[in-house]
Amino acid sequence: MAYSNKVRGIYQDTLNSIEEAGLFKTERIIFSSQAASIEVEFPVGAPKKKVINMCANNYLGLSSHPDVIAAAHKGLDTHGYGMSSVRFICGTQDIHKELEKKVTEFLGTEDTILFPSCMDANAGVFEAILTDEDVMISDRLVHASIIDGIRLAPAMRDTFKHQNMEHLEQKLKMHADKRLKVVITDGVFSMDGDTAKLDEMVVLCEKYDAMLFLDDSHASGFIGKTGRGTHEKCGVMGKIDIITTTFGKALGGASGGCVSGRKEIVEMCRQKARPYLFSNTIAPVVVSGVLNVLDTLSKSTERRDKLEKNSNYWRKGLLDAGFVLQPGDTPIIPVMLFNAKLAQNFSRDLYEEGIYAIGFFFPVVPNGAARIRTQISAAHEIHHLDKALKAFIKIGKKHNILGKTKKEIVDMYGL
Amino acid sequence: MNNIKDVILQYVIDEYLEDPDEEISFDTPLISGGIVDSFSMVSLKRFLETTYKIQLPDERATPEAFDDVNSIAELVEEFIASN
Ligand SMILES: Cc1ncc(COP(=O)(O)O)c(C=O)c1O
Repeated sequence: MAYSNKVRGIYQDTLNSIEEAGLFKTERIIFSSQAASIEVEFPVGAPKKKVINMCANNYLGLSSHPDVIAAAHKGLDTHGYGMSSVRFICGTQDIHKELEKKVTEFLGTEDTILFPSCMDANAGVFEAILTDEDVMISDRLVHASIIDGIRLAPAMRDTFKHQNMEHLEQKLKMHADKRLKVVITDGVFSMDGDTAKLDEMVVLCEKYDAMLFLDDSHASGFIGKTGRGTHEKCGVMGKIDIITTTFGKALGGASGGCVSGRKEIVEMCRQKARPYLFSNTIAPVVVSGVLNVLDTLSKSTERRDKLEKNSNYWRKGLLDAGFVLQPGDTPIIPVMLFNAKLAQNFSRDLYEEGIYAIGFFFPVVPNGAARIRTQISAAHEIHHLDKALKAFIKIGKKHNILGKTKKEIVDMYGL
Repeated sequence: MNNIKDVILQYVIDEYLEDPDEEISFDTPLISGGIVDSFSMVSLKRFLETTYKIQLPDERATPEAFDDVNSIAELVEEFIASN
């Protein structure tokens, strides 16, 4: 026992400074399953409130879908609750192999390896496939889990400006002498909802003999005509060397992730990726749920079509009402408020109106780019969106920002 | 010396500044000031090495030595001289 007052004091001071900086995170307790409408207690002790959820990654509305639940129940009966083992000792069941095969087919790759999460996939893949003779060139706005993965790898690191292809090309030229080069990007960027220019990136990677890495966590299941992801949308299926994605968002929302791509790369991960080797296998109940999800999505595009319709409806409604949006065509639709305090107040006021949407501000997004990020789901019905829109307009009026340009909002509230 | 500083400053502006209106000078703290992150320092080092045909050993290419254009230029000068 050496948890002295000194130690405790150090942590208390640090926590206090997090709080003083306005960065202290608190959880909101939900008393229902994940859905378009949820029951929330916030702050702790406040009466429970039914609110429309505009901030889940439940893009396809499958998190509580009866078919998925039934499939998971069935998997629980046939394959048990847990495996109590990593994959390569005694944690690989027939359904784990089946899921790897289904993901490979769904994404149009050569092979797939499951990870406990996409965070783990990203944390493990670069170290497994690269050495100090190689280079990783990443978009400056890739997800935090990729940044962690890059940190763990021995290869040289470099970045290119967000979505800037000229800058990427400069970097590819500069690192031409490296043994292996990997260009790294998200498919849909989760803070802005913009889509990587994979078609242009494939051309550059072919020209400079680089591999292309794509994290499609915010795209798998719904981006592209049949929902295969950003590579489908950009017309480059089969040309992405490494795809990581999560089962924890659109694809049922439980947990789990994977690396899918060239078969040698997947095999290198099986041999060397530490989160695969040293963390427990995905639970059979989850595997069974994801199998059902992929089955459904392979048969019909109904859900992603509904999501697209909902997203367009929502985006148009906000634009017509006079909000400033981040441009894009994905279900991630950020309403720009620029000022951090305004974003916090706006979110609080929306909650009063029964709308659950979160404000994001520095350091999660750049200073002066505070926003309410809305995320649309196929679980939303038009009446949900209409109600949410009414609330956005009411609160927008209250803060006097409707029809205002960025400059006008910044002049009123500051950055 | 001035010339080297100008070249480095221009590289930093082109490479790292997202906002073209932002102004930096020879003594603006780059790394401690959050303009250059440790990930991106690599490309600066590589740029210096290829432009000035020098090799900067990792133990000299520290975040401190790279923290402003003045000190980067000093380091580069030293290695050009010893070439
Ligand atoms: C782009 C991206 N990659 C990876 C992850 C992590 O996924 P998982 O929840 O499966 O660890 C997330 C989730 O926040 C994400 O947004």
